Amino acid sequence: MATKVIGTSIKRREDPRLITGEAKYLDDIQLPGMLHAAILRSPYAHARIKRINTEKAAALPGVVAVFTGADFKDLPPLPCAWQAGGVKNNVNTPRVLEIDKVTFTGAGVAVVVAENRYIAEDALGLIEVDYEPLPVVVDAEKATQPGAPQLHENAPNNICMDWSCGDAEATERALSQADVVVRQRLVNQRLIPTPIEPRGAIAQYFPATGEFTVWLTSQAPHVMRLLMTAFIFGIPETKMRVISPQVGGGFGSKIFLYPEYCLVAALARKLGRPVKWMETRKENYVATTHGRDHITEMEVGATRDGKITALKVKTYANLGGILSTIAPGIPTTLYGRMLSGAYRIPNIYCQVLGVYTNTGMVDAYRGAGRPEATYVVERAVDLVARELNLDPVEVRRKNFIPPEAFPYDPVGILAGLKYDSGDYEKTLNKALEMVDYAAFRREQAEARKQGRYLGIGFSSYVEICGVAPSAWIGLPNQGWGAGLWESANVRVHLTGKVVVTTGSQPHGQGHETTLAQIVADELGIPVEDVIVQHSDTLGTPFGYGTYGSRSAAVGGVAVYNSLQRIKEKARVLGAHLLEADPADVVFEGGKVYVKGAPDRAKTIQEIAAAAALAYNLPPGMEPFLDDTAYYDPPNCTFPFGTHIAIVEVEADTGQVHLRRYIAVDDVGRVINPMIVDGQVHGGIAQGVAQALWEGAVYDENGQLVTGTLTEYALPKAEFFPTFEVGRTETPSPVNPLGVKGAGETGTIAATPAVVNAVMDALAPFGIKHIDMPLTPERVWRAIQQAQGR
Amino acid sequence: MKLPVSITVNGVTRTHEVEPRLLLVHYLRDVLGLTGTNIGCDTSQCGACTVILDGQAVKSCTVLAVQADGSNVLTVEGLAQNGQLHPLQEAFWEKHGLQCGFCTPGMIMTAYDLLQRNPRPTEAEIRHGLEGNLCRCTGYQNIVAAVQYAAARMGG
Repeated sequence: MATKVIGTSIKRREDPRLITGEAKYLDDIQLPGMLHAAILRSPYAHARIKRINTEKAAALPGVVAVFTGADFKDLPPLPCAWQAGGVKNNVNTPRVLEIDKVTFTGAGVAVVVAENRYIAEDALGLIEVDYEPLPVVVDAEKATQPGAPQLHENAPNNICMDWSCGDAEATERALSQADVVVRQRLVNQRLIPTPIEPRGAIAQYFPATGEFTVWLTSQAPHVMRLLMTAFIFGIPETKMRVISPQVGGGFGSKIFLYPEYCLVAALARKLGRPVKWMETRKENYVATTHGRDHITEMEVGATRDGKITALKVKTYANLGGILSTIAPGIPTTLYGRMLSGAYRIPNIYCQVLGVYTNTGMVDAYRGAGRPEATYVVERAVDLVARELNLDPVEVRRKNFIPPEAFPYDPVGILAGLKYDSGDYEKTLNKALEMVDYAAFRREQAEARKQGRYLGIGFSSYVEICGVAPSAWIGLPNQGWGAGLWESANVRVHLTGKVVVTTGSQPHGQGHETTLAQIVADELGIPVEDVIVQHSDTLGTPFGYGTYGSRSAAVGGVAVYNSLQRIKEKARVLGAHLLEADPADVVFEGGKVYVKGAPDRAKTIQEIAAAAALAYNLPPGMEPFLDDTAYYDPPNCTFPFGTHIAIVEVEADTGQVHLRRYIAVDDVGRVINPMIVDGQVHGGIAQGVAQALWEGAVYDENGQLVTGTLTEYALPKAEFFPTFEVGRTETPSPVNPLGVKGAGETGTIAATPAVVNAVMDALAPFGIKHIDMPLTPERVWRAIQQAQGR
Repeated sequence: MKLPVSITVNGVTRTHEVEPRLLLVHYLRDVLGLTGTNIGCDTSQCGACTVILDGQAVKSCTVLAVQADGSNVLTVEGLAQNGQLHPLQEAFWEKHGLQCGFCTPGMIMTAYDLLQRNPRPTEAEIRHGLEGNLCRCTGYQNIVAAVQYAAARMGG
């Protein structure tokens, strides 16, 4: 019975509860006696809080309590768990409610707790706050200039940190010697992650034992417990249980510790009743983290024949008014260190200024640093091709890191790590074949004669996944204040049914299916015999959570390693039951058998029963097949691929139509192709959306103009063609599963592919660059300007 | 002040006294405990709360419970019959039309309405028909495939 489930598209095991409405998301949980909280948020982007009057609100029937920041002075500000490595970080983080001052619109200043949410919302309108408005700055570059409003005393010129990587001198020298140098300012606009389920929290406090149970919409419940107990409440982690129920998407925004989570726990303790807070979408837009928001000055040098010789980057990374949990780590370790892209670039230097502005918090959003890096690199390659009148495909080929160069060290900027494996040209070739490049160029030339503007854009990316090596990312190297290993427990019960508990935290990815596929293959049992448990700190081993496409490459490998020890114990026990020498038996296809005599066998089910009943074990063997593994990989993994977008631009209106989209990704070994394709589709949609439609806009007063789904251009089904998805498979040598990670590739690749396609379409007008999103207005204006109108 | 409402939900008629301002979605979720219908926004954009009201798809966050008095409501919990999943539920499972699942009940109810009106929609008609429902996970591709699959199985 040699099942091979890895590599097959089995249907998801989590779906029955989701398609029937049985799944319990956070807002579906009701506890007896539960109260409901609503939060009053600052309408000002920068202001001093002078006085708050809560009397009228407190007097409203049904209101149980009203609190302000002053009521929680005993709780410290939230921790910043990932600071930029190797440099001083001027850290300012939120409090559960702000006390003296707010630095962005939407910061919490008071809370109402009532018998139901309707009453709580009514009471918010009765709270009177006296603000003293202060001058506002929302642009990260302007915020660093003399005379700009100052947000925090400990951060002169609003600079949180000044970080760099690479060799400044060598890069300057190479630029001065280059045949051609292209300079471009690139704005990577702010995005709003927008999981369809907003955030929420429920807390219950048990005074007799001093214990909390907290339900959170979190991608990382163990980390939430660690941060809340150690840094906010000052209690041992054993005093708090954190549960992530069914989580409705996250895209990074649900990784972090938020003020409301700590507030709700504090309220439950103060009031002695369970308290729920569920975020509204409006709150989600102002108070949940945003992503991207870089202003970058890029200089790229090349030889006349298109060989890139140097890349110099200076980036202003907008971090918002106050720091989210891992904000400084994103535009440094996950951005600057990935600026070599898929290319052998001999000289690289990157400086990043992390800047406070009067805007919402910015932290990891799907891709987190790598989309920003890929945008810089892939635009640079295209700009070089345009400058030299070369085919962008040929410039990519000329600069690719060749397959024989792996493991590849991108001139030291990865601080000791190396790209694990890759065959970049293979994905490019496959994508070109799928698109029929020559035929497209002919069609494009024909169309231009008719006044129609077609364009093709390429993006050959590499990204960093399976983020771990604790010794690399932990202090002091990269500033992450902890490890990044993962764990798994595997138990084979008496009947041979298997329970896996994982510290990873699914929120749409399908861990219950893919981890079960690993177990099924290793133990030779049906997938149906495996269940995967997660999401509750009470019943699962510690894990750092699901983000950075790390659950297969780190969490999955923990499961695999645990299974190897289970199999070895089963083999020894099987030999005992067969009265054979352990040296003479093997575990294969779900049974232990004597080499050369496959009929002398014990199935894994028989062995599991023997291990559980335990009356006939070899001397010294403990009962049960049970193992817990902790896996800390030696390296990250580096998925790669080539995406191609084909667009048509209406010159009269500036409207961009996405005609075709081709993606060839290499995410290492694939556990479930259907799930990987789904991740790629969703990622592409988000990446295309940044290129064409989405953008969070703050006005000069720090008001979020795109504050609801009415204004923020989240894409709909009709915005997209059917994506054409291909794949190559280059197993990662980093881990025994050969997996790399597939959660973010689409988002990372798609944005520059689409922008490059639009610039290709607009080449006849001499247009080289337009900042995103490429809305009809922006494209139309660029065309008008190019035509001297 | 509370008003009586009598609403038939998934075939069962019940009477309650509700506040006039109570939204239908809150009635379904908080009064009846039918939490399959989700809430994803506050401006009637996302469609996660879509249910069938007297045969038509509506966003239940834009309907007051008192407006639904005397009406028939079908929610995701009422789709499966005698332990058999509805073809649309089967299709979303088969075609991987969901990831986090939060938009799924609303998406399925909208597709239910679409296939009632147009049993054999083209891909473009499906994409247009889903314009009131937002999904952030799937890029819509497998949702479209699921609706096509269901249409074929439902004999459209």
